[in-house]
Amino acid sequence: MSYTVKITISLKEGMLDPEARAIQHALSNLGFATESLSTAQVFFITMDVPSAGDARQRAEEMCERLLANPVIHSYEIEV
Amino acid sequence: MRFAVLQFGGSNCDYDAYHVVHDVCGVDCDLLWYKEGIAKEYDAIIIPGGFSYGDYLRAGAIATRTPVMQDVLRHAGAGRLVLGICNGAQIGAESGLVPGVFTTNEYPKFICEWVHLRVENATSPFTSQYRSGEVIRIPIAHKEGRYVVPPGVGQQLLDEGKVAFRFCNEEGQCTPESNPNGSALNITGVLGDEGNVLVMMPHPERAAEGILGSEDGRRLFESMISHIEKQ
Repeated sequence: MSYTVKITISLKEGMLDPEARAIQHALSNLGFATESLSTAQVFFITMDVPSAGDARQRAEEMCERLLANPVIHSYEIEV
Repeated sequence: MRFAVLQFGGSNCDYDAYHVVHDVCGVDCDLLWYKEGIAKEYDAIIIPGGFSYGDYLRAGAIATRTPVMQDVLRHAGAGRLVLGICNGAQIGAESGLVPGVFTTNEYPKFICEWVHLRVENATSPFTSQYRSGEVIRIPIAHKEGRYVVPPGVGQQLLDEGKVAFRFCNEEGQCTPESNPNGSALNITGVLGDEGNVLVMMPHPERAAEGILGSEDGRRLFESMISHIEKQ
């Protein structure tokens, strides 16, 4: 079966997000007041595996071994 | 004695490192393309600065997962010297050779400037030619150089003598103003558990000859050579 997973990599709570701060500042210059702003990376990965559970497990391995750095990142997986 | 300088696609300080080792210090040195692996045993391996894989995903993340890094880990595990400079430091941290990660500067722009560093540990294989507490001048050039560690780990590294260099002012004080990228406790040079690995964001190879404005970086390479000669 072909499954597509959506993986979102974010900075852990409390981690400084310098790019988000710069973007928030630029939005403010355009007149958009924002209470908070954070950035994340999103990956869509399609794979041929027997079940949705397998797709999730593979995606977790991908996060642990490459996509996320556990020092600063958390991740969410949707199948 | 033989050094090696690794070359990834996007490495751009490889020849600078080679020049300092081979021409300035007079030590045999090979430039090694990462796809060829590390077939010989080397006394020291340098992972140079640059933008391996265009810094895709995270600086150093993709180079870290190439097979040649298993050879680097094997060298490090055997007690041989491994020096990661700038992008090499990012790769070294991603590889787990030292704790923590080098990520986007506090102010997210590329910084290229001369900085002062305080030598925190002058007993390592990389710093024996410095004095403890000495202030040296070496340039930085990076956008992802802010050292981040879990809470408490920075102080622990300092206490355990695992910090080689910290950003400081001319007087040797590690102040927020002398911390160009927001690194934890101004730390920018970290030793591995066994002391035979050093990763650092500043570029000692760009400060190894008087004509470049500082010779302070040369002593780092001379420390390595002295360590190897004694073995």
